[in-house]
Amino acid sequence: MAFDNAYEAITEENDARWAYGTGFTDPLAGVDTTVPADVDGGDLATYCLMLGDDALILSQRMQQWCTRAPELEDEMALANIGLDLLGQARMLLTRAGKADGSDRTEDELAFFRPEHEFRNVRLVEAPNGDFAFSMARLLVFATWRLVQFQRLVDSIDPVLSAIAAKGVKEVTYHRDYAAQWVIRLGDGTEVSHERMQAGLDAVWPLVGELFEPHPVELRLDRVAVDVRELRAEFDEVIDEVLATAGLTKPEAAPMARIGGKAGRDGVHTEAMGYLLAEMQSVARAHPGATW
Amino acid sequence: MVTTEVTERTGRAYQVAARVTDPELPMLTLADLGVLRDVTEEDGVVRVTITPTYSGCPAMDTMRDDLVHALHEAGYREVDVRMVLQPPWSSDWITEEGRRKLAEAGIAPPGPAPRRSGPIPLTLTPPSSRAACPKCGSTDTEEIARFSATACKAMRRCRSCAEPFEHFKEL
Repeated sequence: MAFDNAYEAITEENDARWAYGTGFTDPLAGVDTTVPADVDGGDLATYCLMLGDDALILSQRMQQWCTRAPELEDEMALANIGLDLLGQARMLLTRAGKADGSDRTEDELAFFRPEHEFRNVRLVEAPNGDFAFSMARLLVFATWRLVQFQRLVDSIDPVLSAIAAKGVKEVTYHRDYAAQWVIRLGDGTEVSHERMQAGLDAVWPLVGELFEPHPVELRLDRVAVDVRELRAEFDEVIDEVLATAGLTKPEAAPMARIGGKAGRDGVHTEAMGYLLAEMQSVARAHPGATW
Repeated sequence: MVTTEVTERTGRAYQVAARVTDPELPMLTLADLGVLRDVTEEDGVVRVTITPTYSGCPAMDTMRDDLVHALHEAGYREVDVRMVLQPPWSSDWITEEGRRKLAEAGIAPPGPAPRRSGPIPLTLTPPSSRAACPKCGSTDTEEIARFSATACKAMRRCRSCAEPFEHFKEL
């Protein structure tokens, strides 16, 4: 087959010539995405964005470790954890775009929303820092997300329930991976202990927000999880890891809200703008491009 | 209107779909892997249902693509590939045949997946999996890394013959 130019050859719509087809981009293809009766589609979409944005932004941070991890095995682990989170994010964003009737695709939601429309908690947008900070953050996130997903399995929304049921298995591996590193560093040398404690101290102000429910979460009775109910179980797991690692649980006050608002309201820290600029630049430079 | 529905695993469309291999583990078919959940044929439309192993599995698009092409080549003009998330895939769904093929390819097959209820306990030491070395058969093996070239595999090393190998994780 002859083409006038290389671009025509790669955009020609004949899936047979490619290992990866171009027609299957919907991560929920064939899944019934009807919003259950009595559930507000707008609220459900916002809730899916909250959970999806958490996963998307942390996935982006995980991928930033590529070529920078301490050893090849950890590089692969971090990339794989990022990939799991990206998969969860793709399903959640797709669900959001359908639930509110806007029909926005995962790409539109990931690449063309401005910062104030992102609903992730501020924990996930913080720069990676050193390996100790990244492991402290991953431990906190995975521990929180695991207890959240374990309850979300009982959601009356069948799609959220299914995403959570798959996620529980994946996040269990993420939490164990982070916990093992926190213990290895905390219970390691004097230097590794100091840096692990410093990483934990730096993460801690971002923990409080995880347990402050947004009005949307509270309105979505039996659909969403009330994050206030997760704290005791979260603390139990964290305490076990810190005790084994010989680390001290920080007592830092939660990071202040801005005018009463935080990540779930679209109010973010300075780091978020830089992260989005990098993540969205290619899609925004070539709107309508497919890959 | 004549409707024929074939849900038995003996149907021709099922046989075609079941032969499609996994793009990252080409020694396994989608049926061996337990990813192929259902194939029905109704009014000339073949509907294939698959489930992802991991949420972020990058092979899903290729699997769908390969299924469509295999069925087109077999003469089925209309093919609809659907995804189902519930119940979530488990490594327990890998068939005996699939486990044999994995071991032959040097990948230790998974043990039984954990059955859990209530809070999930932390695993702070590498799991004492009985994964046997695919080269010498020894069960004296240790985990090197929890994640390997793909999310579904861990890396282990045999303490008897020193051979490193991949282990399909229990999920």
